Amino acid sequence: MRVGVLALQGDFALHATALAKCGVEAVEVRKPSELDDVEGLIIPGGESTTLLKLMDAWNFTSAIETFHGAGKPIFGTCAGLIILAREVESPKQFSLGLIDVSVERNAYGRQRESFEASGVASLDAGPIPLEMVFIRAPRIRRVGPSVQVLAEHRGEPVMARQGRVLVATFHPELTDNTTVHRYFCDLVGRAWVAA
Amino acid sequence: MSDLNGLRIADRKHIGLAEMLKGGVIMDVTNAEQAKIAEDAGAVSVMALERVPADIRKEGGVARMSPVKKIKEIQQTVTIPVMAKVRIGHFVEAQILEALAVDYIDESEVLTPADEHFHIDKFAFRIPFVCGCRDLGEALRRIGEGAAMIRTKGEAGSGNIVEAVRHMRALVSGIRRLTTLAPEELMTEAKTLGAPYELVRWVAKAGKLPVPNFSAGGIATPADAALMMQLGAEAVFVGSGIFKSSDPAKRARAIVQATTHFKDPDVLARVSEDLGDAMVGLEISKLPEKELLQTRGW
Repeated sequence: MRVGVLALQGDFALHATALAKCGVEAVEVRKPSELDDVEGLIIPGGESTTLLKLMDAWNFTSAIETFHGAGKPIFGTCAGLIILAREVESPKQFSLGLIDVSVERNAYGRQRESFEASGVASLDAGPIPLEMVFIRAPRIRRVGPSVQVLAEHRGEPVMARQGRVLVATFHPELTDNTTVHRYFCDLVGRAWVAA
Repeated sequence: MSDLNGLRIADRKHIGLAEMLKGGVIMDVTNAEQAKIAEDAGAVSVMALERVPADIRKEGGVARMSPVKKIKEIQQTVTIPVMAKVRIGHFVEAQILEALAVDYIDESEVLTPADEHFHIDKFAFRIPFVCGCRDLGEALRRIGEGAAMIRTKGEAGSGNIVEAVRHMRALVSGIRRLTTLAPEELMTEAKTLGAPYELVRWVAKAGKLPVPNFSAGGIATPADAALMMQLGAEAVFVGSGIFKSSDPAKRARAIVQATTHFKDPDVLARVSEDLGDAMVGLEISKLPEKELLQTRGW
């Protein structure tokens, strides 16, 4: 089983390291054709405006929609969440709409307001402690009825899932805790077996 | 707070922001209009400064932090992170940038130094710093002072990549050399490098710096950007190279593509076509020693 990490820009190398810790082979994806060889995809943290421009130059939009349509799981952190969301605010911008949430960009403020917090993920196996690093992070302002909230910070959703799309406003890849990546790898593994 | 072998380094959230900028291009801008062009071209961040290095070199005089009004206009215009430069050792310029909530401070040799002996204590700030280096010792001294990102200096405003290459090669080979040393050799090596022993030990084991390492100073073409990435840079800073060229928007877009697809010569060939004129470059060996920017700081 191989999991792709969109490597156009951002902290893709840290996601690859986290996948390796989970015993999963990571593949850097810079062109849409490289999606054919992977069973899941991570869209990393980075700058969403830059990522969208680089995606656009290579027609990644339709390729990722096809990937999702084929039932393959996708995980987005921070900028990755912004790209996967149904709606994006401040400013309004294009997004893939693969998970029914609305997000506000840079919603806690600039880097001076970035912070760390501890939290709890409610996963299949029960509650698991999380280390959460929020960097110029977005906030999830609306959650659709078919979206499951997996973790909260101060009563707001910070990690959520709809079917085979998983998102987080924080960066599990910046910590040594592989809980979230293991959860995603399980999703990918189950989807792969089902296919 | 993060620590390595008991030595404090920059906070994880600040090193983390540099991680988010990897594979990207940070562009020097002097006003909101240029910042907009940079963002539209795909810059991951913009660096506010009073004058681009090529103009500082040409016009002379004291180069200082960008005017506050310009920084605010840039912050209001773009959504990507806004960085700004301060003079080496000028911790009050840094306090002002912290009050403005700039996302990253570049304590930069491109501006006229305010202190000939001491760099800023970067742990005293709630926002992160990037600092320049010419070799491993200088990089580790800055990380020891709290820098959350390192960039090799190159020679700013020269349009000549040779110094950027020299500094990146020196840094990378310095790191590689450390990994070959026996434990008992590391204290002497720390003394030779003029670097904290704890960091020397950490790098010897990890084979990399504990913070991201970007490249600056002399990048003028997509090929220059890809060269620095292939030599080990994790992102690039472009200063005069964009707004001193004949078609800044187009060149900026091309350098962004080249930085992502740095290992793909077909893409590099395609984006390098029909860019107009690059900035005029300077022959470094013909510059008088006192006009070099890279020798500022220690």
